[in-house]
Amino acid sequence: MMHAPMLLEVVDLYVSVAGKPILKGLNLKLAVGEVAAIMGPNGSGKSTLANVIAGRPDYVVTSGSLRYLGTSLIELEPEARARLGIFLGFQYPIEIPGVSNMEFLKAAIDSHRTARHEGPLSAVEFMKTVRSAAASLDLNPEFLKRGVNEGFSGGEKKRNEILQLVMLQPKLAILDEADSGLDIDALQTVATGINRFRGPDNGILLVTHHQRLLDYIKPDSVHVLADGRIVKSGDHSLALQLEERGYGWLTDAA
Amino acid sequence: MSESSNTIDALVRRDYQAGFVTDIESDTLPPGLSEDVVRFISARKGEPDWLLEWRLGAYRHWRRAPTPEWAHLHFPPIDFESISYFSAPKQQKDRPQSLDEVDPELLRTYEKLGIPLHEQEMLAGVAVDAVFDSVSIGTTFKAKLAEAGVIFCSISEAVAEHPELVRKYLGSVVPVRDNFYATLNSAVFSDGSFVYIPKGVRCPMELSTYFRINAKNTGQFERTLIIADAGSYVSYLEGCTAPQRDENQLHAAVVELIALDDAQIKYSTVQNWYPGDANGRGGIYNFVTKRGACIGKRSKISWTQVETGSAITWKYPSVVLRGDDSVGEFHSVALTNNFQQADTGTKMIHLGRNTRSTILSKGISAGRSQNSYRGLVRISPTADGARNYTQCDSLLIGDRCGAHTFPYIEASHPGAIVEHEASTSKVSDEQLFLCQQRGIDPEHAVSMIVNGFCKEVFRELPMEFAVEAGKLLEVSLEGAVG
Repeated sequence: MMHAPMLLEVVDLYVSVAGKPILKGLNLKLAVGEVAAIMGPNGSGKSTLANVIAGRPDYVVTSGSLRYLGTSLIELEPEARARLGIFLGFQYPIEIPGVSNMEFLKAAIDSHRTARHEGPLSAVEFMKTVRSAAASLDLNPEFLKRGVNEGFSGGEKKRNEILQLVMLQPKLAILDEADSGLDIDALQTVATGINRFRGPDNGILLVTHHQRLLDYIKPDSVHVLADGRIVKSGDHSLALQLEERGYGWLTDAA
Repeated sequence: MSESSNTIDALVRRDYQAGFVTDIESDTLPPGLSEDVVRFISARKGEPDWLLEWRLGAYRHWRRAPTPEWAHLHFPPIDFESISYFSAPKQQKDRPQSLDEVDPELLRTYEKLGIPLHEQEMLAGVAVDAVFDSVSIGTTFKAKLAEAGVIFCSISEAVAEHPELVRKYLGSVVPVRDNFYATLNSAVFSDGSFVYIPKGVRCPMELSTYFRINAKNTGQFERTLIIADAGSYVSYLEGCTAPQRDENQLHAAVVELIALDDAQIKYSTVQNWYPGDANGRGGIYNFVTKRGACIGKRSKISWTQVETGSAITWKYPSVVLRGDDSVGEFHSVALTNNFQQADTGTKMIHLGRNTRSTILSKGISAGRSQNSYRGLVRISPTADGARNYTQCDSLLIGDRCGAHTFPYIEASHPGAIVEHEASTSKVSDEQLFLCQQRGIDPEHAVSMIVNGFCKEVFRELPMEFAVEAGKLLEVSLEGAVG
């Protein structure tokens, strides 16, 4: 009998950055419709995992496999992965001065549409969609005219990532520390945006070292990453356990 | 996964698209410069004695003048004796009276460059004077301009037909002894454009000159003189290309602008001379003196330049603000790639009261290029209420190029208000990765970032030029990232 391929399947993955091994035999599966939290102490390799899936240059896969809906990602350029439906929400979104948020979003959407052999979105339709998406994230329309992340507050940058998520509607969303630096109101806004995106046709990897975010976005599974490998997997209760006990009992065992 | 060398480093490499040579018979002087050469040029053009004397005076001074060494440029000394100082397409001996008489091969060259010379093919409202090697080929839209009283012709023609204007203004803004290259130009200038806008006339169309160096081992020394009489307005566009050759070629032009009371001159350049190959071989040495004089009250001169070509660019379009309440502007985008070097900027000389100037410079360096901004703001003791605002931004692509800023401020008036802002930024691998992660090609990402960086300057360009400039940047950046 045929099984539908996993949205993401990582097998025995080894990754080095600047010659230094970071991921050391990592295994992970994410099904379509699943939300998984990747937790772990600082320096365990969470961000490396997020970035290597997206194809960040300098993150070198030395062995193992990385498959998305059955297709190997390793040889694909980052833009090709993005057009297949992989989205990375950045921990520290970078500024692109002079390029307006609107222009950037339009170029991103049109590149996805071109890859699907669809024409560019009409300016009117684009404006309508982006304005309503921005409003749902409490972002002022003026914000769309500013340079990408240029002079944005920490909270605005994070909300801008979610705006891009909502506009691009990827199949796999990897959100790297989506909650870092957010006050409680902004956290709620971001979480609401993510929950609204969540659906049976997509999957989310929530990379976080706080259980706090998981109070707002209930994960289907929780994986603990330590020293480059998944050392424990479980359901939401594992996250609560971690909050109580810390990571020591797991990392020591690893 | 792709290596890091795959990102920014490789995005600036594409072939120069205007690098073809046109196969035309030309009359070219043997290389070398002497009084006889100067006399030959002058005689060939049937010039009056006063102009021959003017040229000879320049030549004799040039022989003694030192070459300027202060620019942040490195190149072997130019052998001025190996250059030919005059080249003209052969059939041009008796200047063509209309476009029908122009060598069709030449017209095809312009078509290849996307500059259709035929009036019926012209972008509506643009009159073109095309200078091919040393000779002006034909001026379009003459009749319509004449109706408005506008004179737009080659400088040779102006010498013959409007000697009083030429004699009064030639060298009045850039004196014969101004600098080494301007002096050389004064001795040997071959052709160029002449514009006179009469009192109160708003020139009914954009005027345009298209420069092209074709012949081998020739220098191009054109001379442009634009006079805007009281209350008049003119917008002038200039474009330049050259064939791809392994040896360096010299281009030493002089442009003089004169604005009388309430007159306005807007001068836009898109310079795309051959920049040399990816290893720094060949390319144009572009040593140009451009200066405008706001001699009238409330007059305004505005320079806008997009410089993407040439192996070396040495160019400081300037404004002398003599008239009270006059305004000078300089908007510049200078892009260097591979081994190109640019030392460019402006001088704003405030002499009159309440004179104002604005400088907006955007330098983009990629490959192993060096890009310098050099600017002087001088407020003289007579310039009550003078103001200047300067903004000078540099963008680096990759980590083997350089950006340099040399601002000079000389304020001799206690009330002067001079502001200078500068910034340097870099197109980073992180920015590119963000774009790529959102599905955008790295080439598109770089051109989007560079265009965003240049936006304020492109806004100053006439519409059809703004589009061309954007495309030109994209082409010039090919290979800067990959």
